[in-house]
Amino acid sequence: MESGIFHTTYESDMALRRTPIMRWRIILAVAFTVIFPFIGNSYTLTLADQIGIAAIGAIGLNILTGFTGQISLGQGGFMAIGAYTAGVLTTMVGMPWWLTIPIACVVTALVGAFFGIPSLRLKGLYLAIATLAAQQIIQWAIVRSPLGTDALVVPPIKVFGQSLNRLRIGSFGGIDFWFYWVIYFFLALTILFAVNLFRTKIGRAFIAIRDQDIAAEVMGVNLFRYKLMSFATSSFIVGLSGALLAQYRGIVNYERFTIDASIFYLAVIIIGGLGSVSGSVYGAIFMVLLPATLSNLGQSLSGSVPGLARLIPFVQQAVFGITIILFLILEPEGLAKIWRDIKDYFRLWPFSY
Amino acid sequence: MLRGFSHVLNSSRLKPGDLQLEIADIFLAFGGVQALSGVSLQVCQSEIAAIIGPNGAGKTSLLNCVSGLYHPQEGSIQFHNGRTHELTHCKPYEIAKLGIARSFQNIELFKHMTVLDNLMLGRHIHLKSNVFTGGFYWGRAQREEVENRQFLEDIIDLLEIEAIRKQAVGTLSYGLQKRVELGRALALQPSLLILDEPMAGMNSEEKEDMARFVLDVNEEHGVTIIIIEHDMGVVMDISDHIAVLDFGLKIGDGTPDEVQRDPAVIKAYLGEEHGAS
Repeated sequence: MESGIFHTTYESDMALRRTPIMRWRIILAVAFTVIFPFIGNSYTLTLADQIGIAAIGAIGLNILTGFTGQISLGQGGFMAIGAYTAGVLTTMVGMPWWLTIPIACVVTALVGAFFGIPSLRLKGLYLAIATLAAQQIIQWAIVRSPLGTDALVVPPIKVFGQSLNRLRIGSFGGIDFWFYWVIYFFLALTILFAVNLFRTKIGRAFIAIRDQDIAAEVMGVNLFRYKLMSFATSSFIVGLSGALLAQYRGIVNYERFTIDASIFYLAVIIIGGLGSVSGSVYGAIFMVLLPATLSNLGQSLSGSVPGLARLIPFVQQAVFGITIILFLILEPEGLAKIWRDIKDYFRLWPFSY
Repeated sequence: MLRGFSHVLNSSRLKPGDLQLEIADIFLAFGGVQALSGVSLQVCQSEIAAIIGPNGAGKTSLLNCVSGLYHPQEGSIQFHNGRTHELTHCKPYEIAKLGIARSFQNIELFKHMTVLDNLMLGRHIHLKSNVFTGGFYWGRAQREEVENRQFLEDIIDLLEIEAIRKQAVGTLSYGLQKRVELGRALALQPSLLILDEPMAGMNSEEKEDMARFVLDVNEEHGVTIIIIEHDMGVVMDISDHIAVLDFGLKIGDGTPDEVQRDPAVIKAYLGEEHGAS
C-alpha cells in the first residue's frame, strides 16, 4: 500500500500525514466527527461530549505523564482549578463564557507549574506522592474557601444574548448539540497542538527527559525549566477540559474532581497508550463507553435477571479494575499500540513475512 | 578525501594548537572515597587526548566533572573558546551550550525515539522554537526543523546510518547504538567532544569503523576530542597525547611513545614482579 511513494523534499518526508492512506484516514475521522451530531440522539451526544472533554483532559495528562514521564496524581485537582475558575468568573464576575475558558487555562497552567516545582528533586513514585499532595491541597482549599461544599451553578452559555439550550435549528438543538461543536473544536485544536509539539524542540526535550534525563541535560536541556514547562503545558490543557466541563454541565461540584478523577484519567492514558496523543483519544472513548455499555446491558438484562440493577455499580467497578490489569499485563502500550499493530499487519498484507 | 559535508561541524573559534581545556589540580571525593586527587590536564584545540587507566581509576569521574555532572571540591576547569569559562560551578546544560558534547560509557540514548529524533535532540541548543510556534508547527518552527534535518543528514552520511534513520533506537544493535550516540554528540556542533569508551564491547571490525569516524571528525572537521578507551592498540594509534590515571592520581602524561615507556605506567598496568630480587 505504501510502496511507490517517494519523498523528494524533507518537508514532505517530515509531514505528519506522509501517505495518501494516512490522509484519507484523517479525512474520514473528521468527516465522521462533523456528521455525528446530525445522526446521533441526545443520549449518544451526551456520551460524545463526555468523550471529548475526557479526551482533552487525557491529552493534558499524557503530556506530563506519558511524554515527560512525570507521574501525576493531581489531575483531578488541576481540573477543579479550571472548572472553578471558569465557574467563578461566570457567576461572580459575570464574564462571557468564551472568555472564561482561556483565563481558566492560564490560571490552571500557573497552578500546575507551581505544583511542579518538587519535580526538580523528586522522581517516579516520590513525585506521584507530591502530586497527590497537590490534589488534596487543592481540594481542601476549595472546600474551606467561601465556595464550600455547595455546588456552584453556572448559567447556561449564551450566544447573541440567547441561551443555547433553547436555541434550535430544525430538529437539532439543545445544550448537548451545541456544546458538541465547542468541545470538538477545542479537542481538534488540542490534538493539533500536541501532535506538533512532539515533533519540535520542546516536545522532543520532554520525551528526552522521560527516556534519559541525564543525557538530556548533558545535551543542553535545562531539566528544571522543561519539567515546569511540561507541568504548565499539561495543566493548561487539563484546565481547558475542566473549564469546558463547568460550562457544559452548568454545575461545578468538588466531588467530581477528587482523587477518583485523577485515577480515572491515569486509567484512560494507560489503556489508551502512554506517550500517544491518539491513544489518549482512544482511551477516552473506551473509558466513557465501557461503563455506559455495562449499565445499558445491565438494564436490558434486569428484566430477566432480578436484582441485577442493584449490582451494576459494583460490576462497573470490577470491570474497571480488571480492564486496567489486563491492559498492563497484555498490552502495556495500550489501544494505540493495538491500532498500530493492525495497521502494520495490513501494510504488509498479504505478504506478511 | 572530499566529503560533501555542507555544514560546519566544529563550532570552536580557536586555532589548532591553542589551549582549549585546562583542568587544574581538581579534587573530587564521594564521602570517604577520594575519586580524584589533584588531577591536572591540558587539552589543545584539534588534538585527540586519551585518558587511560585501570578500572576505578577516576577516568569517567574526571570527564563527569568536565561536563558538569560532578562538581569537584577543589581545583578549576577552564574552557577557552574566545572567552574563558570556569566549568566547576556550571550546570550540565550550561556546559552543553558552550559546545561541549559527550557520549556515555553505558549507552544513554532516548530509547523510544527514532534515530532522527535522537540526533535532533542533539540540535537542541541550536533550535529556537517555543511551545506556541512548535505546537502549531508555524513559520520558523517548520523552517528550522527542515534546515536542521539537512544538517543531520550530513551526520547520517558521515556515520553511514542512512538505513536506520527512522528506526526507534531501542531496536538497534549495540554497535549501531554507539554510533548513533556519537552522532547525537556531533549534532551539537561540538567544539570539544568527549567520548567515554566509544569502542567498548565491539568486535574488531566495529572498532575499526568507530576509530575511522573519530579520526574523520578530528582530521576533517578539526574537532577536539577527549577519549577514554581500554583498547590500547586503538588508543596508541589515534591519540596525540595520553594521560594515565590510577587511583585518582595522574601517573603519566605524554605522547603514546613516552607513555608506553613510562615505568610508572607499566607498573600500574602490569604490576610489579613479586619475588624478584
